[in-house]
Order: sequence, then C-alpha cells, then structure tokens
Amino acid sequence: MFRKLHDPGPSAVTILIDGHPVAAEVGESVAAVLLRQAEGWNRTTPVSQSPRAPYCMMGVCFECLVEVDGQGSVQGCLTPVRDGMRITRQQGRRSLSA
Amino acid sequence: MRPDIIVIGGGTVGAAIAYGLAKRREKVLLLDGDDGDFRAAQANFGLVWLQGKGPGMPAYQGLTRRSIDLWRGFCDELEASEQTNLVYEQNGGLAFCFGEDGFEKRRLDLMRLHNQRGEGEPDWEMLDRAALQKLMPRAGLGPDVSGASYGRRDGHVNPLRLLAALHGALLRHGGSIRHKARVERIDAAGSEFRLHFAGETLVAPRIVIAAGLGSPALASQVGLDVPVRPERGQVLVTERLAPFLPLPASGLRQTGEGTVMIGATKDNSGFDVSATADAAAGLSRKTVRIVPALADVRLVRQWAGLRIMTPDSYPIYAQSLTRPGAFVALCHSGVTLAAFHSEVLASAIAAGALPDSLSPFHQSRFDVPQAA
Repeated sequence: MFRKLHDPGPSAVTILIDGHPVAAEVGESVAAVLLRQAEGWNRTTPVSQSPRAPYCMMGVCFECLVEVDGQGSVQGCLTPVRDGMRITRQQGRRSLSA
Repeated sequence: MRPDIIVIGGGTVGAAIAYGLAKRREKVLLLDGDDGDFRAAQANFGLVWLQGKGPGMPAYQGLTRRSIDLWRGFCDELEASEQTNLVYEQNGGLAFCFGEDGFEKRRLDLMRLHNQRGEGEPDWEMLDRAALQKLMPRAGLGPDVSGASYGRRDGHVNPLRLLAALHGALLRHGGSIRHKARVERIDAAGSEFRLHFAGETLVAPRIVIAAGLGSPALASQVGLDVPVRPERGQVLVTERLAPFLPLPASGLRQTGEGTVMIGATKDNSGFDVSATADAAAGLSRKTVRIVPALADVRLVRQWAGLRIMTPDSYPIYAQSLTRPGAFVALCHSGVTLAAFHSEVLASAIAAGALPDSLSPFHQSRFDVPQAA
C-alpha cells in the first residue's frame, strides 16, 4: 500500500523485521518502515488477537507497539531506525522478559 | 413498593448487605450516592485476604476466617445468578520478604497471630528464596528477596465485577436500587425512619447505614457515634502481560486480563483523592526490588481511593440503642468481608439483632478514656 518515494542512497541502513533484512533510511521511524511492508501489521491485540497497524504516527494511539531489540511495547512511530535494529512483531500479551 | 429496610450506600459493603437481605425475602431498597462520591469500592485492589490480618484483635481474625470460609459458595451463587465470571481464585497468596531480618520478622508476626487465634493448625508457611523462585519460574526475583510467607487460604477477585454482580443479584431477588440518591437527613416518623434525599422523602421501619466516609454525619442523626477518617491508598496498573505471577501477593497481583496491579500506599491527606508522583515512584521502586524485569513494563494508569478507617482500623457493626432498627456497617475490607456481610451480617439484621459474637465491633470500644 505504501512505498518509498526516493532511494535513500548512502543513508540507507538495514534493519531486521522478524529476522528478515529490510532497507530503511536514517531518520525514518520504525512505524514508517513497517507500514510499507507487504504485511503492514505490527502487533496483535492482547484481548482478541486481532492484527493492528500504526495509526496516529504521533505517539498518541499506541497501536504501533512492537518489540525493539528485545524490549517489548515500544512505540514504533517514536523510534528512529538504527542500522542492525531488530524489530519483532508483537503477538498478544507481551511477556515479562520482552 | 414500601421497603422493609433501606440500605444507605451502594458500595461493596452496602450492596453485599442489601443482596443478603433480599435473599432473605426482605423488601430492600438500596440508595446509591452519585459519581462525585468517594466510592472506595471502585478503587479497590481486589484481594480476598487472610494472612497477617488482625494483630491484637482475634475477633477480626475470626471474622475474616469466617468470611473466607463462605467466599467460594458466595461467589458460585453470584456467578450462577448473574452469568458472570468474578475471576475469583483461592490458590493461596504471598507476602514477599526482604533480607533475613525481614523473613524472620514476618515469621514471628504470623506466629504471634497464630498464637492469638489460640486454636487450629497454621494455614501458612514460610517459603525460602529457592522455594519461592520455583513457585514463580517466569519472574526472576530481585537479589534482596529472601522469601515469602505463603497463606494457603488467600486469594483475589475482580472487585468491579463483584460490585456489579451484587447490584444485579439484588435486583434479581426483588430488591431495588436508586442511583444519585445521596441521603441528606434522617428524622423520626414515629418509631420509623424518614430519609430525605434529592427533594424526596421515604419512610422505612429499618435502615442500614453503609455509606463509607459519609456515614458519621448520617449515623449521628440516629444515635450512633462512629469515628471514621479517610486514608488514601494509591494503586498503579501495568499493560497486559503474559501470565508470570501465579499467585497474588500483598501489593502485587496479576489480573485475569494480564495487567499487573501494584499497591498500595497509606497516607493521610484528608479527602484528597489525587494521585501523586511520589507514590508512583515509591510503589515502582518497591516492585522492581521484587521483580526487576517489571522496570521495563509500561504503566498505563494510576489512581487513588480513600479507605474508610476507624481508630483501630477494624470494622464497626452496631445497632442504635436510642433508635432501634438503625444499623451501621463500616469497614475498609469490603471485598474480603463481602461473603460475611451478605450471609451472616444480613441474616442478623433481618432477625433484628446483632449476635454477641459481633460485640467486639461495637463503636463503644472507642469510648474508653485515654490513659493519662
């Protein structure tokens, strides 16, 4: 549904989404990168397990929660990407250790 | 419908008594206050708790035991009536200890309570750190945790569903509820009671005052002098987590939905129900000392409620001497005692007299002159 308008060129970095390498650009948010994936969802809800995608993109709605480098329930829209960052789509209730 | 009895106060205490009266075929009217009232029942932590309760007051330990004996049946009946799940679990509960001194102090405190009880086998045991960690393998314990006391009969429940079920079951047994009906004044109508609220009056032969912190002003109008003060308690709640805490603990419990409730502070700030950053910091520090991994979990809400506190913290149950037919019931453990209120206390009120076993809870215990 979403695609990037320009080639990031030298500011391209690689992040891992559920273990798969994905190209991103320095300055982008985790949520923006997730939205342009073929599977645009980032988590399933703790109650009904329904899939959710980033929504407000400004830190308010908490729909974009993902696991970042082992830390659960991070707001993807407020988190800039970093080379080598590991993103895991969050399934249901997070565990205490993530 | 002219009520046989009016219960003033629609919180967990008043609703449990009203439900118990309705089950005994009394025509009950429950008068609930309005949303601006303090409503301790909606700030409750949800423990159904025995261990550690009642130092120096064996009658209170006995009362608590009696209620917990009744709780499973009480819960089953409410759930069947209201087709709801109160998420009541009674698999035991924990009180965490820090350091060897803390462990030993807890053991002595519980042993003292056991000796004050003066009968039966202990229904608690001390778990050392290794046994405790084995019990909760998914939550790594902080280095200061030396163990916990484990009370076999402790448990927890969803306190909001309990309150809703009590209201529902009251209606189903033929009782009625009036909301936004804060009683302003009580005067005599012959030997009966005339209640004034929201521009209306109602007359009933018997009344029960269970209006929490609003009770003293009402009780004094029917010859009952009940000293209570507010004690603020603050609670934090986290995002929903996969189950990691198999048993509730005093001050830390994981609900059926997965949220973790963290409580509770005790402070005297009059009728101030604001939540404070100090309390959030203190509760967080205490909790992270128990389970360090909770430091990375999101808090989603903090709130404060006001406990109904008597001078010795124990309940007041009494009937007026000068205006028989007027009863008062006040306490801060409305959830633990709910089964007792609806079964034993309601039955006594329906019969018209409180039993001698409740005499330790008469407010006359506060009339003793202070020693010089």
